[in-house]
Amino acid sequence: MISRSLVLKLLSAVLVFGAWEIAGRVPVSYAFPTFLESMTALVAMTLDGTLFAAYAETLQPLVIGVLISAFLGIGIGVWIGLSTKFEWLFSPIFIVMQAAPLAALIPLLVMAYGIGLTSKVFVVCIMAMPVIVLNTAGAVRNTPASIKEMARSFLAKDSDVILKIIIPAASPVIFSGLRLGVSAGFIGAILSELKITPTGVGDIITYSRSIADYPSMYAAIFSIILLAVLFLNVLEKLEHIFFGGNHRGYVSD
Amino acid sequence: MAMSQTNLASVQSAPSVAAAEPDVAVSARQISKTYGEVEALRSLSLEFPRGQLTSLLGPSGCGKTTLLKIVAGLLEPDSGEILVNGKAVTGPGPDRAFVFQDFALLPWASVIRNVAFGLELRGVAKSEREDVARKYIGNVGLAGFENAYPHELSGGMRQRVGLARALSVDADVLLMDEPFSAVDEQTRRKFQEDLLSLVQNENKTFIFVTHSIEEAVYVSDQIAILLPRPSRVLEVIRPSGFRDSGAVNIRRDPEYLDIVDKIWASLRSYVE
Amino acid sequence: MRMFGYRLPGMSSLIVWGLLWELVGRLGVTFFLPPLSEVFVTLFEVIGTPAFLKALGETAYAFILGVFFAIVIGVPTGILMGKNRLVDELLLPWVNIFLSAPLTALVPVLMVLFGFGMQSIIITTTLFAIWIIILNARAGVMQINRSLVEMARCFGASPFEAFTKIYFWAALPEILGGVRIGVIRAVKGVIIGQLLISIVGFGALFELYSANFLMAHFWAVLIVLFALAFTISELLAYLERRVSYYAAKR
Repeated sequence: MISRSLVLKLLSAVLVFGAWEIAGRVPVSYAFPTFLESMTALVAMTLDGTLFAAYAETLQPLVIGVLISAFLGIGIGVWIGLSTKFEWLFSPIFIVMQAAPLAALIPLLVMAYGIGLTSKVFVVCIMAMPVIVLNTAGAVRNTPASIKEMARSFLAKDSDVILKIIIPAASPVIFSGLRLGVSAGFIGAILSELKITPTGVGDIITYSRSIADYPSMYAAIFSIILLAVLFLNVLEKLEHIFFGGNHRGYVSD
Repeated sequence: MAMSQTNLASVQSAPSVAAAEPDVAVSARQISKTYGEVEALRSLSLEFPRGQLTSLLGPSGCGKTTLLKIVAGLLEPDSGEILVNGKAVTGPGPDRAFVFQDFALLPWASVIRNVAFGLELRGVAKSEREDVARKYIGNVGLAGFENAYPHELSGGMRQRVGLARALSVDADVLLMDEPFSAVDEQTRRKFQEDLLSLVQNENKTFIFVTHSIEEAVYVSDQIAILLPRPSRVLEVIRPSGFRDSGAVNIRRDPEYLDIVDKIWASLRSYVE
Repeated sequence: MRMFGYRLPGMSSLIVWGLLWELVGRLGVTFFLPPLSEVFVTLFEVIGTPAFLKALGETAYAFILGVFFAIVIGVPTGILMGKNRLVDELLLPWVNIFLSAPLTALVPVLMVLFGFGMQSIIITTTLFAIWIIILNARAGVMQINRSLVEMARCFGASPFEAFTKIYFWAALPEILGGVRIGVIRAVKGVIIGQLLISIVGFGALFELYSANFLMAHFWAVLIVLFALAFTISELLAYLERRVSYYAAKR
C-alpha cells in the first residue's frame, strides 16, 4: 500500500510537468520548449559529460565560499552571542547586510577583484554569511537560562558552560543557519556566473540562450534548481537525524 | 525581625522530638536582596537543621526562590551571608545540589549522561560516574531508561532524572525549587511519599521551596512561612506529632489538618 | 551595551564604522573606498538628478507591483492551503522547492519569455517574495485555535464570515510575519533582476558608474539602497510587533 502523501506528491508532479508539456506544445512562446524536449536535452548533456564539467566549475566558488562563510560566520556568531560589547560593535553590520540587497555590490567586487574565482567566492560569502552569523548569535544568546544555571550550580567552569551547554544547545539553530546560508550561497553562485562571467552552468544557460537552443537552457536551469533543492533537503534530513530530539526537549510540560 | 518558634507537637510525643536542639547545617544571616526597585528579601535570617527537610512556603513574590538561589550560590545577596557547615557561601559548591522547577535537563543528552553530568563537570572518569549514575537511576525508579532522552520521558520521569542528578553528586544539602509543581497531581503525591523516605534514608539536609500548603506540611520537619512586601519570615512551624505515623496516615492526622488550616488562616490575607 | 553608565542605542556602533570608513578613505588605502564624507557629498548631488530619480522610480514601481502580486496571490493561496488538505498536499512540495531554490537561475527564462524589461523584473520580485508569504499564511491558518472556529460555527457564522472574521484575523500575525520576510526578499529580488537585466533602474545606473569608475557615486547609491531596504524592514517589524500583542495571548 503506497501512502497517500506519496501518491499526492507524484500526482502533483505529474500535473505540473503535464502543464509544462502542454504549454510547450501549444506553444505559449517560441522560447518555451516542452517538458520532454527539455528532459531529452538534459539526458543528452548528462551523457556527453557537459553537465559534469559545468558543475565541477560552478560548485568551486560555492563550496569555497560556503566553507569560508561557515567558519567565519559561526566564529563571529558565537562571539557576538557571548559578548555584549562585540554584539554592539558587529551585529548592526550583519543586520544591515541581512536586510540589504547585497547583490548590488557585485559590480564593485568585479572592479576590485576582477572576473575570476575570487570575485565569485566573495559573492557567495556576502550572500551566505549574514544568516549564518545572525542565527548563531541568536542561538547562543537564547540558550535557556535554566540549563546554564544548572551547569553553574553543578560547578561548571566558563569553558564547560560554553562547550557543554551553549554550543550543543545552539547547534540545531546554527545548523539551520548553515542550511539557509547554503541556500543563499546557491543564489550567489548562480548570480555570479550569470552576471560576472559565464562559466559552468551559467555558461550553458547563457550560450544556449544566445543560439536559441532553449531545451538545453531549460535543462540546465532545471538541473541547478534540482541540485540545490536535493542538497538542501539532504541537509534538512541530516538536521532531523542529528537534532531530532532537541525541538521538543526544552518544553517542561 | 519577628521570628517566633511555634511548636505544635501534641503532648505525648513532644519530649522525644523537641528535646535535643538540632545541629544546624545551613544558616542564612541577615540576607537582603533587591532587584532594581523591587525588594526581594530584607534582612532575612533562618536556620536549617541538619538531616531534616525545611520548606520555604509563601505566596508568589515572597522571595522564596531568590533565597534558595542565594543559598545555592547562583545569586549574590546585597548584604548578609549564608553559612553551610559553618563556611560562608561565595558561589556554587560541591556541598550543595540543586533540583530545578523546570528540570533543566540537557535535551541532547541521554538520561545517564544527564544524571552523571554533575560528576562529569567535576572530572570524574566516565566509567566511574556512570556506575554512580546507574545506581541513582535505579534508586529513583528509572532503571531501564538509562539511554532514553528527556523528550521521551513524562514530566514526572524527567524530574526523577533531575533528582537523581542532584543525588549523584552526594552533596550534604539538597536544594529543591518547587520540584513537583510541573508534574501532575498523582505523580506529585507519589513524589511526596518518596521524598519522605529519602529524607529518612539519606542523611542530607533538604531545603524545599513550595507554594502548596498541604505539600509543605506533608513533607516538612520545619516550615518557614515567608511573606512578601517586605519579605520576612512570619513564623517557623515544626510539626512533629505525625512524622512517624506512616506516609499514608499523615493526611488524616488531626495535627496535620490543624497546621494546614492555621497556615491558610495566616496567609489568606496576603493572597490577592 | 553600556558605556559610562549610559545605555548605547542598538545601531550606534555604525557611527564607529562610519568613522573607520572615513579614516581608511582619507588614507587612500584603496581606490575603491573614497572617504565617507565625499560619498555623502556625492549622495546629495546625485539624489536630485533625473538619472537617479528615474532609477528610483522604476525600482519602486517594479518593487511595489511585485510585492502587490505576491501578497494578493500568496495570502489567499496560503489560507486555502491551510484550510484544505488536498490543495495543501498538492501545492506544498512546490512551495517548499521554490522557497529554497536558487531563483536567480529562473531570471534568464523570464528574460526570454517576457523580454528585457519591466515585466521580467516585476515577476522576479514576485517570485522572490511569494513563497514565504504563502507558507506563513498557511502556518497561520493551521495554528488557529480549534475552539475559536467551533465558537464561530456555534454562533452561526457562514463560511464566508468565518473566513473574514476568524481565519484572516487569527492568522494575521503570521501573515504579517510572512509579508515582512517576503518584502525583504523582494528588495533583493528587484535588485538582482535589475542587475541581470541591466538596462533599467539601478542596474543601468550601476553599469554607468562602474564603467566610468565613479566610486563615490557608486557608494552613494548603495547607501541609499541599503538605507531604504533597512528602513522598510524595520518599519514592517514595527508593524508586526504592534499586531503580535494578541498573538502572545493565544
